[in-house]
Amino acid sequence: MNKKVVVIGGGIAGMTAAGALAELGLDVILLEKEAITGGHVKNWDRLFPNRRPGEEVINFIGKKMGAGVEVQYGRQVVSINHEDHIFSIQTGDSEMQNANGKMQNANGKMQNANGKMQNANGKVQNANGKMQNANGEMQNDGLETLTANSIVLATGYDLFDARKKEEYGYGIYDNVITSAELEAKFKEGKMITTHDGKTPKRVGIIHCVGSRDEKVGNLYCSKVCCVTGVKQAIEIREMLPECEVYSFYMDLRMYDRNFEELYYEAQQKWGVNFIRGRLSECAEKPDHSLVLKTEDTLTGRPLKMTVDLMVLLVGFMPRPETRKIATMLGLTPGPDGFLLSADEHFQDNSTSIAGVFLAGAVKGPACIVNTIADARAAALQVKAYLEAR
Amino acid sequence: MKIEGKRNIWKEYQKEIASDRFFYVRSCVRQNFFPGSEKTFLRIMKDELHKDVFENAAHTTCSGIGYHSDVVPFETAMTMVARQFAIMTESGYENFTTSCITSFGLYSEILETWHHFPEVEERVRQHLLKATGRTFNKPANLSHASDVIFKFRQEIAANGKYRLINKATGKPLQVVEHIGCHYSKMFPAKGVGGAEYPYVLVGMIEDWGGEVIDYPERRHCCGFGFRQYLVQANRGYSLACSKKKFDSMAPYKPDFILTNCPGCPMFLDRWQYALSEMEGITYGENGLGIPVLTYEELAGMILGYDPWDLGLQVHQVPIEPLLDKIGIPYNSQRKFLTMDGKMMGQPKAPSHLKFYQHE
Repeated sequence: MNKKVVVIGGGIAGMTAAGALAELGLDVILLEKEAITGGHVKNWDRLFPNRRPGEEVINFIGKKMGAGVEVQYGRQVVSINHEDHIFSIQTGDSEMQNANGKMQNANGKMQNANGKMQNANGKVQNANGKMQNANGEMQNDGLETLTANSIVLATGYDLFDARKKEEYGYGIYDNVITSAELEAKFKEGKMITTHDGKTPKRVGIIHCVGSRDEKVGNLYCSKVCCVTGVKQAIEIREMLPECEVYSFYMDLRMYDRNFEELYYEAQQKWGVNFIRGRLSECAEKPDHSLVLKTEDTLTGRPLKMTVDLMVLLVGFMPRPETRKIATMLGLTPGPDGFLLSADEHFQDNSTSIAGVFLAGAVKGPACIVNTIADARAAALQVKAYLEAR
Repeated sequence: MKIEGKRNIWKEYQKEIASDRFFYVRSCVRQNFFPGSEKTFLRIMKDELHKDVFENAAHTTCSGIGYHSDVVPFETAMTMVARQFAIMTESGYENFTTSCITSFGLYSEILETWHHFPEVEERVRQHLLKATGRTFNKPANLSHASDVIFKFRQEIAANGKYRLINKATGKPLQVVEHIGCHYSKMFPAKGVGGAEYPYVLVGMIEDWGGEVIDYPERRHCCGFGFRQYLVQANRGYSLACSKKKFDSMAPYKPDFILTNCPGCPMFLDRWQYALSEMEGITYGENGLGIPVLTYEELAGMILGYDPWDLGLQVHQVPIEPLLDKIGIPYNSQRKFLTMDGKMMGQPKAPSHLKFYQHE
């Protein structure tokens, strides 16, 4: 077909869309700002509801991408222009912070053993910070222009910054962590401990952190947190059978297949306690355990409880960089900050700009199953669009 | 506890506080509760900091105490507040500084209401004009007096004679800080440091040498909470609130409690006596209570003002242990003398809460 598509974002939506587009015979470039693809899922140990390892999903989608997709790592969009249905996408090296707090890009633009700056693509940076290639020729700071007949935006989401719920004490109290941080512990095979290394006797899991919360400006439900909380509660009980787990929820949205069953399993098999009440505030005691204040709305009574560790189920947030790209293209985000499709029922992958398509959580919170299905649908929409031209 | 996390939040809640030419409005109740505090504020502002602070005798209640007790409608409160702004305008000032936290909350609420509903502001202007013939400008800057002391806390420290250091051990005093609910809980952005981890009193304590205690019931109401106290049948709840706080802070052994509200120091101070009489409980060292201070009183102590000029003798919980810890001298014989040197009488000794005997 000889038409080129640029997919922006290398999470499961972008990877799936890119793989499907390649299968459909299109030339595909996938731009990923990080050093590896996989988005948030690569950081997840096991997935709800069947506890499949997240890596399995990433590996499967990665294999489907195969050699038909040119993946450009460590690249971000600098500008986009379009004229006569051709998109010119200027890209540059993305900057990220590594675990040591030092700035580096995903290509590993760091100092090598010889003291020379280089990135993983073999580009060498001179002492003045200018880019040059191995032959000593100067390059334009990593800027590159791609042309494409179509663009798929699959830039996904950010996790809610739990520090914004100030009353929960994330970033202040030692034993308040997020669901993502708990998942990282699972993935690393670490025991769940308090900040000072003790085995927790009681863990609190807080639902809807940054979701369905007018105070932080997010009225939407993040869809995946409820079942994630149930899954993580079971996993804590599996790892620490003596540890009590309390989940504080508004309502449990077990909307998909086998979710409700997992919720029942959590209660019946694992003895997880579910308390219907939103956390009011958290405070630290002298021993660094946490005092939670909430209301048990089923008994109609205020409740004060001490836990050793509190896990915040952080929701989805629209990405600032998605907004930048949307502005370049002339797309308007919805009131919730996520991008709007042309029609939520019939053109859910199309946008108001011909040739620009959306895939996955760039449109709002979505679980992995729905994201994959949506990305495949986006690929078919792109194919149909390009064939019609 | 990660102090850096708190500092990040404090950075987000900075507010503009005027630096001079303050139109100062007093509280309805503070001169009875803690009679030296407002006088000390004026003394510090004028004598130490050489600022222009103006009071107008035509100032009346803002009606906040009635508004929050559900006896004054919002429309009435707005018109009364409009009158205070008119008096400020007539006096040639534009930086409005309140002594009372509830006034500060009400002024903030009204200005916010007018910002979002200009037609309401216009209606109130008409009400005021018809009733009094007055017009007004809205304040260019609205601050609580604790904001102002916070702003000048380093100058006060520089001029100070004492620091919040235990003279015997050389260690910083451990301080509980408690802001009034109407300071920033309604509008976090209107208070220094926001609502969850307010910084206005923390900044004073830290810059004056002390350390702040973060205890579990730090956010809980002091026990005033208008309807808890003003409705007599609810007073048990008022006491229960205070007790909850004392029980929570006591394990940290605080040297004193610092407040910025008219009601908080009143209830945290007086209820220690009530609780001791009811249940025989005392929360300080050796049967003493935990001293409770207003920020003006503390600033005055730092600056070396005579404790009895600050009105510390009218506290229920004896203040002398704190003065001794810091090394602030005082004359016990003068404690209950009036300004003109007459004996005002001494309170009867409580059954449990100890009177302090200076050694």
